[in-house]
Amino acid sequence: MNAPAKIHAKAPAKGHAIRPRANGRPWTFYVLAGLFALYLIALYGPMFSIYILSFQDLKGGLVFPMRGFSLHWFEELFYQTRTGDFSGSFRRSIGLAVLVTIITVVFSFMAGLAFRKRFWGDTFVFYLMIGSLVAPGLVLGIGIGLAFTMMGLQASWYTSALGAQLSWTLPFGILVMFAVMSRFNNDWEEAARDLGASAAQRIWMVVLPILAPGLVAVALFGFTLSYDEFARTLQTAGPLNTLPLEIWSMTLNVTSPSLYALGTVSTVVSFLIIGISLGSIALIQRQRAAAARSGE
Amino acid sequence: MKITRNAAGWLNVAPLLAILIPFFIVPICVILAVSFMQTDGFGGIFPDFTLDNYIGVFTSELTYRLYYETFKFTLLTLFFTAIIGFWIAYFLVFHVRSKILAMGLFLVCTVPFWTSNIIRMISWIPLLGKEGLINTGLEGAGVIDQPLTFLLFSPFSVVVAYVHQLTIFMIVPIFNSLSRIDKRLVEAALDAGASRFDILRLIILPMSKSGIALGAIFVVSIVMGDFFVVKVMSGGGTASVVGAFYEDVSVLQYPTAAASAIILTVVVMLLVAAILRVVDIRKEISL
Repeated sequence: MNAPAKIHAKAPAKGHAIRPRANGRPWTFYVLAGLFALYLIALYGPMFSIYILSFQDLKGGLVFPMRGFSLHWFEELFYQTRTGDFSGSFRRSIGLAVLVTIITVVFSFMAGLAFRKRFWGDTFVFYLMIGSLVAPGLVLGIGIGLAFTMMGLQASWYTSALGAQLSWTLPFGILVMFAVMSRFNNDWEEAARDLGASAAQRIWMVVLPILAPGLVAVALFGFTLSYDEFARTLQTAGPLNTLPLEIWSMTLNVTSPSLYALGTVSTVVSFLIIGISLGSIALIQRQRAAAARSGE
Repeated sequence: MKITRNAAGWLNVAPLLAILIPFFIVPICVILAVSFMQTDGFGGIFPDFTLDNYIGVFTSELTYRLYYETFKFTLLTLFFTAIIGFWIAYFLVFHVRSKILAMGLFLVCTVPFWTSNIIRMISWIPLLGKEGLINTGLEGAGVIDQPLTFLLFSPFSVVVAYVHQLTIFMIVPIFNSLSRIDKRLVEAALDAGASRFDILRLIILPMSKSGIALGAIFVVSIVMGDFFVVKVMSGGGTASVVGAFYEDVSVLQYPTAAASAIILTVVVMLLVAAILRVVDIRKEISL
């Protein structure tokens, strides 16, 4: 029984697990490739249709066909206040997302370090975190709003909304951190200890550099989850809106393509952040590969 | 000075707790307290203990209808996201031969997750609407002569929007569990004479169970806690548990809203706990 399995053990290196009987692809490949293509079309198609529709001119409506081509709806977004406070909410959303990102990366990293070893009460903290992740966002938001009112505090985007968003981005960041740390080999840290590194040196010179790409991923999650957060922010943002709240109020009363223009601008920012994050992860890994080659 | 392992652990989770206590535990406790209080109907809340709010919620026929609607959407979304998510992950892991290509395609699937849900949702409007792309296309092709009205602002469009947003929550954990299946196991089963269907049924499906469970936790908690997608995509025609809660809050019926919020939170936590019995999430994510 062992021998044939051993012979085939070489094959998986090429990645052919489910080997067709003939030398081609199994029929399921074509069916699933079709499904995958359909999924991608359904995933991206609608998004791109609103980007396209946001470039219509004055006659433009909410549906196809495209009427004219201009930047009219973008201009309206930036220069007119009729559709709401776009630039203010945009600035607040970016500021809030930056704050959330920094706190999420630092706190998730620390919690990730803690959860590497078992400690008394770790299961309790873990399930507390899961509870915070799955709790209905709007309920939590209203609870935070009520708690602030009871304590006589004014809700604002940089206090209550910041905390509300962290109650959702931190568990997420820590879950990502777990996935990242599961690939970390504890022997590396042991080796540093044997060579006489202090606890701070081990974190700073061994753990952090190795986990850097993972921390970029945590930052990506922190930023984008905050930047697009809606349910927890709705009742905690105070008198000034964030961008998703602005979009929400527009979906209820604006029926012009300026809604789509706002969607386009907001998504451009998301794509920039995704590009920067994935790009820097790729860069770190390329440098590592280069360093490994030259070290050989 | 030597720090004990327990102290080091608690020191490292202290910042996390500094957020979770004021922004998760305290608000839940506040809502719990308010749910036992009375109101004058104008936003004033009095700390007189009463169970009326809970009695009111449990005896209202509306509550059961709302839960029926919300459970229906949860189950439908769970069904479609699990099926689509499983086959997408299966395709990427077992059918794409190049590892780099598989990773690239996986990233392509995840990119929209990092963009706004609201925008992805409204982006269905130009497609599904009465004068939308699908209706004009079908009319142009002569398949229909009346626009299909069930496409937008209907339960159909609600499910479409949920599946569109949440399938990624299935793909990622299932992809993760499938990637961990030792391919030699599959080879051995093939050599031992198993059909490809047997392999799927006896090896791959059982081993992807934990990934599906993990995805289900996200899908259930998000759909149960949502009111936004239902409100916009149903065109106001369908209510949801959280939607009704939000209406109560906006007319300042805080105690009633609090009681239904506590019931909802308990229901969601019980569902998640039930799923957690299937999968040891901690073992699952930390390998």
